This record gives sequence, structure tokens and C-alpha cells, in this order.
Amino acid sequence: MSSAANGIEVSGLVREFKGGIRAVDGIDLEVRPGEIYGFLGPNGAGKSTTVHMLTTLLPPTAGTARVAGHDVVKDGAAVRDAIGAALQEAALDPNLTARDHMRLQGALHGMPKADWTKRGDELIERVGLSDAADRKVSGYSGGMKRRLDLALALLHGPRVLFLDEPTTGLDIQSRTALWDEVAHLSRDEGMTVFLTTQYLEEADQLADHLGIIDHGKIVAEGTTDALKGEVGRPTVEVVPADHAERDRAVELLRPFGELVPGTPQGAAVRLEQGSEELAHIIRTFDQAGVKVANLELHEASLNDVFLTKTGRSLEGAQTETTSEGDTGEQPALEGAPA
Amino acid sequence: MEAAAVDAPIAPKRWRPSIWTQVPELARRSIMRTVRQPAAIIPATVFPLILLAINSVGLKSATSLPGFPTNSYVTFALAFAFIQAGVFAVIGTGQNLAEDNQGGFFNRLQLTPVHPAALVAGQLAGTLTVGLLQAVIYISVGLLAGAHIEAGLGGVFVLVALAIAISLAFGSVGLAVGMRVDAPEKVQSMFPLLFVFLFLSSMSLPRNLIQTDWFREIATYNPVSYMVEGLRSLLITGWDPEALALGFGCALGILALGLTFASLGLKERMART
Repeated sequence: MSSAANGIEVSGLVREFKGGIRAVDGIDLEVRPGEIYGFLGPNGAGKSTTVHMLTTLLPPTAGTARVAGHDVVKDGAAVRDAIGAALQEAALDPNLTARDHMRLQGALHGMPKADWTKRGDELIERVGLSDAADRKVSGYSGGMKRRLDLALALLHGPRVLFLDEPTTGLDIQSRTALWDEVAHLSRDEGMTVFLTTQYLEEADQLADHLGIIDHGKIVAEGTTDALKGEVGRPTVEVVPADHAERDRAVELLRPFGELVPGTPQGAAVRLEQGSEELAHIIRTFDQAGVKVANLELHEASLNDVFLTKTGRSLEGAQTETTSEGDTGEQPALEGAPA
Repeated sequence: MEAAAVDAPIAPKRWRPSIWTQVPELARRSIMRTVRQPAAIIPATVFPLILLAINSVGLKSATSLPGFPTNSYVTFALAFAFIQAGVFAVIGTGQNLAEDNQGGFFNRLQLTPVHPAALVAGQLAGTLTVGLLQAVIYISVGLLAGAHIEAGLGGVFVLVALAIAISLAFGSVGLAVGMRVDAPEKVQSMFPLLFVFLFLSSMSLPRNLIQTDWFREIATYNPVSYMVEGLRSLLITGWDPEALALGFGCALGILALGLTFASLGLKERMART
């Protein structure tokens, strides 16, 4: 399927920084028009470097990428014309108001004054900043800045939207509001969204397709359901009412699949047939006269996917990377590695 | 979640972006940014006035030196206030740009069809505004303090024009530096160096009265001397075409160099494909 209209096609994309460090190491991906593509990975995995290449801010070392039908190297201006981007930091001038930002952005894009005024006001209202539109951005909260950043990215009517960790540092309420807006853009306006995130929940909630990146390589790609299905069947953990019956619970569960570690009081098994076996398990415990204090079904999570593909949990990978001092991915001016 | 089978969004009407529409908007932003930060303008404007006051009182006796061009040290020292303001222009302009780099605002601009020249011109607009404001304040305060402008009313306009040229010259140096750094602190660290460069000129004494040979030699090669002397000529001598030509020449020369290096830095910085 061609993604020429407003999709993204990436083949063998590489970005190498000084010292031979490959921040992005030969990735391939395809984003279909109108879908939300989640790019999940820990800090320093290469997410922002990829976004910088796809938005033409950073030339690739090798490989090709086409965004909205235009080559990011040969036709950068056309790419920029077709895209909107809210990068990792809400890049706003603290001394300007929301309206000042709209005015500047609109004028730089060559929009007629009447158009940027009307559309700017509409977008300001849509992201809930009407009351603060004439206040300096320095007084905005993190969530307000993110929303303004998003509104600015939409001003010139882009076909493809890049959001680089748009909800990092936001409270739950602001995060949810932004998710709603992103979902609306894709579903109702047909906008293609390339969203990087380090939050499993965000990727799970929003993404139609997901790419998981680690150490510059895509380690898994597909729909969230397919990825979860790929790595594993759900697990069931049973905690007997009488803890002395834990060993018996283990034996009762054994026929249902592979035993896995659970809580000290409980017994857990990865179901061989899937969650349909839950009723059968309950009946088995009932017939054996083992009273159950707690029974939990754990569906495979994206963290399980990450764990399976990289041998680490995503949270663990983040801590590890951060402790190495690589807390952000923004390429430095001198071209330091992300 | 499945991708929606809908058409691509319809883009709003756009004209081909022109440098002539971009420069005024970037200039507006630069001016707004400047005037909305009084904490950045006030010290840059007041500090030269404080030094002027101190020097006028403390070095007044210098006017009795044989060959000193005027008997009013305020008139003599007033020129230096403009130059000091220029140093603040380097720091201010450079810091603003470094903040844009650091905060990602530069990336926002790069993602628009902005013309590189518009970026440079827009950034300098704020410098020009502050330079104009400072020139008016220094001339007013100087006149109130007893300074005299030998070239008369016409000289005031030329004085303002030269002061602005000097601000832009120093501002362009700030731009060249700001293009290459990503932290305002790095620009700030240039301040002591610039101040030494300033003092090694005919700022405190006319060159012919500097007794130390190496100092006089450096002051002779230092373009700051000629900018000071250009300003001073209007205050003390009246109309001195040579001094004015050298003053404007040095300012415009530094401006040209600053813009060249700023453009090279911008080209490197705007690594967009």
C-alpha cells in the first residue's frame, strides 16, 4: 500500500553522530494515511532523532524517508509544508502571548491575516486557551504550553502531524485532554499522526499501529493487539483463602499451562488456550474444595512485549538510560548523539 | 483502533511566503520580546549612565591636561555610554538567540518556510529598538547633566544614527555568537572579554594623550576608538567628516563582519534538508 498521500515511508534510515554512535540504526516503517502511529521506546532509544529526520531538521546519514509523498532529503521544503510538529519541548517564546504566536506562525507560513486570525482563534478555543490567549506564555502551566504547541502545529493545516512525547510531564487531566484531541484529529480530520512516547498507556490508548524502538532499532512493529498476542497468552494468578493450600493450588493450575512466578501467597500460570479457560479454572478449584481469596487475569501488556523483545522492561530501560545521563534526545547543536 | 478511512485534511489558504512579510513579523516578535523584559533593558541602559556619572565626577580633572579637547568631561565621556550600550547589545542579542536554540524555538521557526535573512533581520530589530531608546536617553541625560553638542540639532540626528549603527554592529556580533551556542550563559561569559576590548581604546583619554606606548598602539588599531571618536566629534568638534566616516565605517565594517559570521552560523544551524 502506498503512503504517498499523507503517510510516511521509511527505509533503512540511519543517523550516526560524532564518534560513530548510531542513534538510529537502519529503521524501516510505514505509516498509513489517517492512522496514529505510536513510536514507543525508552529515553535515548532514538525516537526524537527519528522525528528530527522525518521533519527535515536533521539530515539522515543513510536510508530514505518519504513524508506525505515527499523525500525528506531531496524535497525538504515540501515536507515542511505538509507537516505540523510539536517537538519534545514546547518551543514557545515566554514573552509572547498565544495570539502573538499564532500571528507569527501564520505570517511565516504565508497565511493571509484574516485566515490566521480566524483559524488561530478557532484553534486557541479548541485547545481551551481562549481565556489565556492574551497572556504571556511565561505564566502558562506545562499543560497549557503543550496545548498551545499543538494548536500552533495545526495552524497551517498540515496533513501529517508529528508529536514528540507530547504528554511528558503532564498531569493526568491534561494528558487525557491531549489524547482526546489527538484521537479526534486522526478519526475526524483524517490526519496522519506520528507520536513518540515512553508511556505504555499512551501507546495502548492512541496508536493504531505501534513501533517499538530500542538502541536505535525497531524491535517490534504491528497493531497493539497483534503485538500483545505475539508475545504471550494471558496469565492467571490464584491466591487460596488458606495460604497453606498454595501447593495444592499450584497442582490444580498446572494442567492449564506453564507455571510462572506470582505473589508469594498465590500460584500463577500462563494459559495455554487463552482467557476462555478462566471458567474451567474456577470450576476446578470449586470441585477440589479449595477456597479462593483472589483470582486475577493478567492480559499481556506492551511492557511484556518490550520485555520479550529486548529482555528488559520498559520502565527498567528508562531508569537505566536516565542513570547514564542521557535524559533527553534533543540533538545538540554540535550534532551530539541523541 | 483502526485508521479512519477519510480524506486528507484541507489546508487553509496560503500565499507564497515572502521575506517582506516575514521580516516585519519577526521584527515585531523581537521588539515585543525586548520591551516585555524590562529587567533586560533597564540594567543595560542604566549601567552606562552610572559609569558616566562616576567618571564625570572622578575624572573631571583630566580636562585640565594640556591638549584635552574640551573642558566638560561629561561631554567627553558621554560617547562612551553609547559604546557600553553596544556591549550590552552583544550580550542581549546573543542571549536571545541562544535562548531560542536552547528552548527549541529555533526549531519551530525552521519548520516554517522562513527565509534565513528574515531571521537575522528580525533578530536585529529588537537590538535596533533598544539602541534607539538608549540613544535618546543618553542624549537627554547628557544634556541635562551639562553636556554640549557642538554639531547642533542636526548633529543630534547623526549622533542617534551612529549610535544605532554601533548597536547594530555589536548586535550582529551577538548574533554570530548566539548562532553557535545553545546556552545564554555562554554568551554572558563573553562580557569581561568585551569590556577589556572596550577599555583598550580612546574611551577614557584621547589617543594623543595616552602616554603608554603599547596602550596607544592597541587603541589605534581598536575600531572602538574610531566609533568613540566619531560620536565625540559631534559632541566636541562639530562636523568632522573624517571622524564621522571612520566612526560609521568601523561600525558598518563590524556589522558586515558580524552578519557574515552570523549567516555562516545560521547556515550551519539551519541544517534542515
